[in-house]
Amino acid sequence: MKDFLGIRRFFAGLVERNGLAVSLYLTAAVGIWIFLLIILPQLTMFDYSFHHNLPPAKVGGPEDVYTLEHYRYFLRGSGNGSAYNVLDMSVLVRTLVAAIFVTVFDLVICYPVAFMLAKSSSAGRARLMVLALIVPYWINEILRAFAFRILFGSSGVINEFGMAVGLWGSPIDFIREDVALYAGLAYAYILLMIFPLYNAIESLDINQLEAARDMGATRLQVHTKVVIPYAKPGIASGSTMVFMLTAGALAAPEILGGPSNLWFTQIVYQWFNSGGNWPRGSAYAMILLVVCIAFVLLTMRLFKVSIGAIGR
Amino acid sequence: MTKEVSLDHVWVEFENFVAVEDANLTIAGGEFFSFLGPSGCGKTTLLRCISGFQEPTLGRIRIGNHDMKGVGPNRRPTALIFQNLALFPLRSVADNIAFPLEVRGVEKRERRRRADELLEMIALPGQGDKRIDELSGGQKQRVAIARALAVKPDILLLDEPLSALDLKLRQHMRTELRAIQKQVGLTFIYITHDQGEALTMSDRVAVMSRGKIQQVADSRTIYDRPATSFVASFVGENNAFAGTVLAKDGQGITIDAGLGVPLVAALRADSGVTPAVGEPCHLFIRPEALVPMTSGSPNSFEARLVKEEFEGHMRHLLLQAGEHQLRMSLVNNGLGGSVAGADGRLTVGFVPELAVALPLGLLASA
Ligand SMILES: Nc1ncnc2c1ncn2[C@@H]1O[C@H](COP(=O)(O)OP(=O)(O)OP(=O)(O)O)[C@@H](O)[C@H]1O
Ligand SMILES: [Mg+2]
Repeated sequence: MKDFLGIRRFFAGLVERNGLAVSLYLTAAVGIWIFLLIILPQLTMFDYSFHHNLPPAKVGGPEDVYTLEHYRYFLRGSGNGSAYNVLDMSVLVRTLVAAIFVTVFDLVICYPVAFMLAKSSSAGRARLMVLALIVPYWINEILRAFAFRILFGSSGVINEFGMAVGLWGSPIDFIREDVALYAGLAYAYILLMIFPLYNAIESLDINQLEAARDMGATRLQVHTKVVIPYAKPGIASGSTMVFMLTAGALAAPEILGGPSNLWFTQIVYQWFNSGGNWPRGSAYAMILLVVCIAFVLLTMRLFKVSIGAIGR
Repeated sequence: MTKEVSLDHVWVEFENFVAVEDANLTIAGGEFFSFLGPSGCGKTTLLRCISGFQEPTLGRIRIGNHDMKGVGPNRRPTALIFQNLALFPLRSVADNIAFPLEVRGVEKRERRRRADELLEMIALPGQGDKRIDELSGGQKQRVAIARALAVKPDILLLDEPLSALDLKLRQHMRTELRAIQKQVGLTFIYITHDQGEALTMSDRVAVMSRGKIQQVADSRTIYDRPATSFVASFVGENNAFAGTVLAKDGQGITIDAGLGVPLVAALRADSGVTPAVGEPCHLFIRPEALVPMTSGSPNSFEARLVKEEFEGHMRHLLLQAGEHQLRMSLVNNGLGGSVAGADGRLTVGFVPELAVALPLGLLASA
């Protein structure tokens, strides 16, 4: 009831500001967008994941009953014994660990950049830096991934340079070592880390930094005791986005991943594609989604950040 | 512990703009010292030099005989209170006050004990667990002071700390600041562009204009014996007359101020630089030094009453004499009646001791 009143008040405000026609359009557009592009596909997937993989003719027939088969498959594999599906589970764990690594790495390299953008550079210089950060993202993600492949290839710039300087003797296979993959993933979502951080730090009063210094804080303490606590919502929001997108990335692992390293999304993709088992693919996608959300919520709880803070 | 602060020919330049020009003074330990000047005259810049956020381009700053060159703000025995206080909004009142202890690794219980002690001192006992935004303006002010005092600095620097408060609270905080200073006995270096604040609270005041220190003296001297035309016109109300020196002897200096009669200002042993005979000069007469006189008295001139403002205990008269507009203030004796004749004319004058003659200089623009 209270929510309903809130929505009514919100809508009334919208009408007051934009007129009825525009308000109706906005509400309808946002509603349709959320429903059609977010809720509906997820619900469909969710529903799909509880069905048997049946040929089209049998869909809706008497054999089309609800089942936990696909979730059981994730846990137990195809065998009937007590063995666990170690392969898929370890891929999931590895994907999560890699996503955490990429997130932390992004956080570590973006924090100083965001801080400098927000607090130590003039407005004009900051705008230029932002532009320089954005421009590379005008290039398609897949092209960027291929660029990394070339960069890290056995005759790529990095190997050529390393050998010319004499750092290493023969070409290093960065692809097999997954260096290229991590670098590519880290680079792919840097902006999603920098901007929330920048936003959060930007509003911090510079006098607080100086006050902290004046009261005896070292430069490091200024960050640990003043800036980071203040930027926590931004850190949470940036980290969540980077983590979710990295864990759900497909193009970069496909292009840059080593032959031995499978990303969980690749398994999902295989079930949908070559595996021809959409319900199982759906179940795997659901598993990834739920595990990621659970992990994010847990982490936020650990660092005492509220969900609401992320929206800021 | 009190330590003196000395500025030794300090200059600060920003890309060819001189913000502080040859500041040279010593502030004694335990003194309440104010910098007074209009906006943009370099007060904050000077304070930032003392606290270590700004390196002087030239010159030296010493605190208690230690050269501060290269010593970071976190290692100076100073505590700065920012104009906007810069309290940490995410920390409780007690955690704000204990911040300086926290960064020095003081253990948690001891921090809390010290914070409670300071809360006691600033008359906010038991309020340590409040959030900063639950405090009133004056309370925040006091928390900022407590935080600055937490590690017992030798020198407290205050950058217009009262400017955000309303008049009543400001007056109250002035008395409180002064009381705290007496109680803890440290050196206060106080910045303000409010002259009432500077004059009432300070042991000594430095008046600044365009990066240059004009005069350093106690309040009474600043007001009664200004050293430059800027000080005379900036501090309090003053009538300024540009003129030429006609004569000068041991007692006084006679000036043609364009009023048709020569006017005499007394010279005293402590009158600083005075203009020489034949030189252009400024003559300053405060509104309260002007009094009605009988026509033909020495040091008197004719004027026309333009307007009268009534302010209860004072009557402020706006007069026109020659091409000069001047102000005269009289204590209201309760009898009323106009000071001017029916034609609006009157004779006003002053005793030479209450006038000040200075070399022609820049005036503070009103
Ligand atoms: N970092 C800087 N770079 C360039 N110019 C500066 C810088 N800091 C201050 N200034 C200039 O130096 C002059 C003095 O500034 P300052 O802040 O010391 O003035 P102030 O006396 O404190 O004024 P207010 O009463 O308005 O606070 C100003 O003209 C200002 O524009
Ligand atoms: Mg200032």
